[in-house]
Amino acid sequence: MADISPRIGVRKTYKLYVGGAFPRSESGRSYPVTSPAGDHLANAALASRKDVRDAVVAARKAFPGWSGRTAYNRGQILYRIAEMMEGRRAQFAEEVAAAEGVSAARAQALVSAAVDRWVYYAGWADKIGQVLGGANPVSGPYFNLSEPEPTGVVGVFAPAGSPLLGLVSVLAPVITSGNTAVLVADERAPLPAVTLAEALATSDLPGGVANILTGRLAELAPPLAGHADVNALDLAGAGGLAAELEALAATTLKRVLRPGADDWNDADPGLSRIRPFLETKTVWHPIGR
Amino acid sequence: MEIFEYAPAPESRSIVTIRPSYDLFIDGEFVAAKSDERIVTVNPADEEPLSEVAAAGEADVDRAFTAARRAFERVWSPMPGAERGKYLFRIARIIQERARELAVLESLDNGKPIKETRDIDLPLVAAHFFYYAGWADKLAHAGFGTRPLGVAAQVIPWNFPLLMLAWKVAPALATGNTVVLKPAETTPLTALAFAEICQEAGLPPGVVNIVTGAGDTGRAVVAHPGADKVAFTGSTDVGREIARAVAGTGKRLTLELGGKGANIVYDDAAIDQAVEGIVSGIFFNQGHVCCAGSRLLVQESIAEELLAKLRARIERLRLGDPLDKNTDIGAVNSAAQLARIRELAAAGEAEGATGWSPACPLPERGYWFRPTVFTGVTQAHRIAREEIFGPVLSVLTFRTPEEAVAKANNTPYGLSAGVWTEKGSLMLWTASRLRAGVVWSNTFNVFDPASPFGGYKESGYGREGGRHGLEAYLG
Repeated sequence: MADISPRIGVRKTYKLYVGGAFPRSESGRSYPVTSPAGDHLANAALASRKDVRDAVVAARKAFPGWSGRTAYNRGQILYRIAEMMEGRRAQFAEEVAAAEGVSAARAQALVSAAVDRWVYYAGWADKIGQVLGGANPVSGPYFNLSEPEPTGVVGVFAPAGSPLLGLVSVLAPVITSGNTAVLVADERAPLPAVTLAEALATSDLPGGVANILTGRLAELAPPLAGHADVNALDLAGAGGLAAELEALAATTLKRVLRPGADDWNDADPGLSRIRPFLETKTVWHPIGR
Repeated sequence: MEIFEYAPAPESRSIVTIRPSYDLFIDGEFVAAKSDERIVTVNPADEEPLSEVAAAGEADVDRAFTAARRAFERVWSPMPGAERGKYLFRIARIIQERARELAVLESLDNGKPIKETRDIDLPLVAAHFFYYAGWADKLAHAGFGTRPLGVAAQVIPWNFPLLMLAWKVAPALATGNTVVLKPAETTPLTALAFAEICQEAGLPPGVVNIVTGAGDTGRAVVAHPGADKVAFTGSTDVGREIARAVAGTGKRLTLELGGKGANIVYDDAAIDQAVEGIVSGIFFNQGHVCCAGSRLLVQESIAEELLAKLRARIERLRLGDPLDKNTDIGAVNSAAQLARIRELAAAGEAEGATGWSPACPLPERGYWFRPTVFTGVTQAHRIAREEIFGPVLSVLTFRTPEEAVAKANNTPYGLSAGVWTEKGSLMLWTASRLRAGVVWSNTFNVFDPASPFGGYKESGYGREGGRHGLEAYLG
């Protein structure tokens, strides 16, 4: 008898992305993810406070290496992410359509914009130093140079309602300058974030530069905002928690990009999402014989 | 070597007229405070009262914000940048003209040597206004937008009273903001002299408002709903409190806070120059400097030689009358600060480090602390971790550049650092790895209005000075 039984598809397990690996939540928990219409899509890992701490450790460990790369090299790696996404367009478009409840054409446009965002920020990597830094004309015999440097580990709350484009629009500007990130994905639509992590993992991006957590914002945000080894926060997706998280950030004087400016939607946001996560270092040296 | 005695060379204080009492400066004039509370400001070199000032209450602060808002909306922000700039140029010129008077007044109220107020503080104050004056009509070229934020609430410390005022007021005014400024409770007098300079310059009423007071006044200024922007220089603990108070309000915030700067001396350094840099790094302004080089990291192979030279140099420092032109180390600013320095120095001894000071006599009255060097310091000691804000140096050693950088960065602060080496590549390697906002190589504690200043990590955020300093005041 001919084999007529249909092939059973191989479904994907959606996991976290921490330190370049794809662990489940250490808590062993997951949560069901549904489409806007209420259809079950998959289960996502329900990250815990311990996962937040593990992700911060991974991000801190990756910081010296990533910030020590040449800007040219970081730019090439970000461009490589765009290449990897382009090759998986169909998968991203399908997930975005399911997650956002939009048409196939709209989903394709969102994926295109997300890919282009990586290209945009890839190009910024080796321009930031010249645009923001430079020699200072001090009134004395000194060589005096200011240059921007990444601030360190940045906690990023991805905007709600734009699970791929919004996420890429806040992650790319943070890491292009050499920061490392712990990102909390859109709670209700986390699946495109996990698929993006798969593209990141195959893009020569060192493990730990971008760490992606899925789960409850209210559970993950306070430990991330209060973590003493986090240098800055992007509160784009913090919603009603923003004020509380800003107050938590005050304990260790984190730099905070407040929500509200939806400039991540802009195809040319300039330095508006890069500059908040930079320090300025000024080096002096006497001039003489 | 024979040492010649110095004859006293005091700067005359007759150049300054200090009024017995000062009101608040609001809306272009000195007005009596609604609050009855007064603060006596003393000369820390002899504990004699200099004057008394008002402690502004909430009603007074509110009045200042009302004036600042009105001036912002009606006069200052609509004014063309070129005209705003001219007021700042005028202020810079008046400061230059009255520089000696202001230097003496600053030394009297603060306790710092006239050599420093005359040659460092005042020239930098005038230069800061002159620098930002020129930006007022060129904001479109700075890359931060051109819209002022509104009214800036500014709270400044006592260690460089007039210079910190200049760092706050000059960029705020150049960008079209108006200000409510609170000087430190122990050093209000030069800010009040600056109020007179604003009058002399014909600055429109309400553009600059100065409310004197202590912590409660500062809290009222920072928390006032009329503040669009808060700028603070001071301790990290107060900085945290302000960041918490500002959270959720939408006010913009910049903070310039504490430090525990590492001064790294490699074995190939020009040792005599390094000794001078170590001395200016920690004893400049009695060590009341947030960017002081308070941790000396010296390569083990030269530690003995360097410390011998350092002690010999410190024995030549002259401590005493701040108004004497030969004085290197003046008075500690207040009894409270002296108590803190003593407490931390005692902790250094108690934790096992070895303190050393030259045998210099201390005046009988006033607040004084001998320059002090602690050796045998470990990274766990309080004197290696906490900001002392006094003339106390903690010495640690290292063997490799990697160890030097790791120790230098082993602090929650990140304001300043120093590197001493004759090898350019090692200097740049070290500077690139130090997590600090200012790195002085083969020099220390130099400042310029064109050079951005500010910290990494818990030393605060934002930069003051240079093009970068405009960002904090533009939306």
